Amino acid sequence: MATLQIRDLHVSVETDGEPTEILRGVDLTIDSGQTHAIMGPNGSGKSTLAYSIAGHPKYTITGGTVTLDGQDVLAMSVDERARAGLFLAMQYPVEVPGVTVSNFLRTAKTALDGEAPALRHWVKDVRTAMADLRMDPAFAERNVNEGFSGGEKKRHEILQMELLKPKFAILDETDSGLDVDALKIVSDGVNRVREGGEVGVLLITHYTRILRYVRPDVVHVFVAGRVAETGGPELADELEENGYDRFVSAVAAS
Amino acid sequence: MARRARTTARRSPSAPLSPAPRVHDTTSTRRTAITPPDTRPHDTEAAGSTTTPADARQEHAVDHAAQAPTDVTLDSSRSAGPSYDAGAAVVAAAGEAVLEATRGERARSFDVADFPVPTGREEVWRFTPLDRLGGLLEDAPADPDARDVVVQAPDGVHVGTLAAGEGVRGTALVPEDRAAVLADAASPSATHVRIPREVELDGPVHVSVVGRPGSRGAGHLVVEAERHSRAVVVVEHTGGGVHADGVEVVVGDGAELTVVSLQLWDDEAVHVSQQEASVGRDASYRHIAITLGGSVVRLSSTSRYAGPGGSAEMLGVYFADSGQHLEHRSFVDHAEARCRSDVRYKGALQGETARTVWIGDVLIRAAAQGTETYELNRNLLLTEGARADSVPNLEIETGDIEGAGHASATGRFDDEQLFYLRSRGIPEEVARRLVVRGFFADVVQRIGVPAVTDRVMAAIEAELDLAVGPVAGAAAAADAVAAEPVLAGRA
Repeated sequence: MATLQIRDLHVSVETDGEPTEILRGVDLTIDSGQTHAIMGPNGSGKSTLAYSIAGHPKYTITGGTVTLDGQDVLAMSVDERARAGLFLAMQYPVEVPGVTVSNFLRTAKTALDGEAPALRHWVKDVRTAMADLRMDPAFAERNVNEGFSGGEKKRHEILQMELLKPKFAILDETDSGLDVDALKIVSDGVNRVREGGEVGVLLITHYTRILRYVRPDVVHVFVAGRVAETGGPELADELEENGYDRFVSAVAAS
Repeated sequence: MARRARTTARRSPSAPLSPAPRVHDTTSTRRTAITPPDTRPHDTEAAGSTTTPADARQEHAVDHAAQAPTDVTLDSSRSAGPSYDAGAAVVAAAGEAVLEATRGERARSFDVADFPVPTGREEVWRFTPLDRLGGLLEDAPADPDARDVVVQAPDGVHVGTLAAGEGVRGTALVPEDRAAVLADAASPSATHVRIPREVELDGPVHVSVVGRPGSRGAGHLVVEAERHSRAVVVVEHTGGGVHADGVEVVVGDGAELTVVSLQLWDDEAVHVSQQEASVGRDASYRHIAITLGGSVVRLSSTSRYAGPGGSAEMLGVYFADSGQHLEHRSFVDHAEARCRSDVRYKGALQGETARTVWIGDVLIRAAAQGTETYELNRNLLLTEGARADSVPNLEIETGDIEGAGHASATGRFDDEQLFYLRSRGIPEEVARRLVVRGFFADVVQRIGVPAVTDRVMAAIEAELDLAVGPVAGAAAAADAVAAEPVLAGRA
């Protein structure tokens, strides 16, 4: 079993030449097999948490630790983190002109495993995963994210999660912008990965809608750059009813 | 840092627009026009029916220079972050350019006296470092043993020589600058490769030009593809010296001809070449310029049409390192009805003094009704200090065309692309190579001549070793996988 541990994480970004603190002491521990939902209003720092764990250069870690089974994640380069078992499904996946999906996936798999996957099995795995996500096989020969619709980009992210088999997957608002059919397809994909019982999922979302399809074990309410409250799935139900007001005003009052 | 944006536009008064497009410059007879390439099936014929600034504009010339780290793009429909494949451009007005009244009026002559020694201020020479041409523009005799030209041709191909004015020599290529006229005068005996009518070749004709270092050379090659023949001719330039030459191409009616010009010169070589084709009725011509070696290379590739229904595809791939000036000038002269042209040049630059220039001229004359044309240039700046100039010029003298568009963009490595790839475990050096290969992929795959594609990819790989370092250890497996599809020439 693996554990991803975030301790007192402080992160800032440069805005107009001045550092602005976005994360103000995040504490979070997630074990493999668990799904944690992180919910919070816009601007609370949810995406910053995701990108900071993945190592995006825009974010500066000013304090705290992130460890994966005791290993210092923050000391690793972006690709080392991925090879250590972290995966970030991005809210806005990036276009890579001239690089086909199939080439990209196989290159990534080879980088993660240290050797090229056996071709026959790999092709079958890709086909199956694409069919499960209702993706046209022709997708494999399109350039990465180029001309993809919003829903196609999200399916492509989940396709990668299924094929690359991370220890911990961070899904950054994978549900936003999806219609209900696409949301079900994407949720089914996440649940297929979860069924193995080996992956830990950090599900970052603004809405409770996806939590009807992907039931979390733990729900964290994220406000003003830190975890304001942690509970079970019932916490999501409360948010569904009452929104974030209680948490936002509590933070404002403190 | 230089950064210029300039637009000039010309329009024949005999081709009125209705309603008039928005006029961006101040001269009453000039109109600024920019055509979004992503709407090309219907954009320019829309001259008579559209009103918005973006699509009512019809012709223009833009001058674009970029130095890292600035990103310059002519594409207006870009999303956040640099993108190489966005839509069209909006560049503000002007009329300050010192261009010919129209590209079609540029002097063409076999008389050296018609081309005085340039000062460097002339439009056709202003991008070229004249002081580095090694006396190439001086009217001095060429060394007789400066170039070794060897033709290897499959059976059925005629290989011989042509004197000035003999056979088709001089019918397609008429010198357009001083280098070309000197080269022609210094080449009493041109190499002649003729593919007889209806002969279809299985393998390419290979013309090897090896320059002797320290020499001054001139040459002329005539490639004649008679009607309904089909052939690929690869002209490979290696070695050193200072060379001016011409490649004259006559594509007969209904013929299909591909001419590949490989510039794989030694580091100190200088090469100025005019390569010009006459494309027959319903003929297909492809010109592919691959420029990787040489100190200064300036290659002008022109397509003209001798009858209706012709097609010209002009591709370019170049990779400039420090100290290299690689200049490509493409020109498509549409003077016949229902012809097509498609021009795509892509280049990468690395190193402080790497310099590239692309000038893409397209002229659609009044008689060229039903023309369909598109031109594109993309430059990828891999390091600080490199500089790429990109100047598409589109002149349209008739409203009755199928479409006309262009795109030009010059940008740095996209850090977000690298982050995305690396976040999937792909090591940085592999990710960088993946991005560069991807950048070139569409043009390289269009080459369609496996032997050439392989050499181009191998050369790009060698450049990548310099640019981002060779890939070692565990990453090598990923890089090998990453390189496969491009090398295999698959889409």
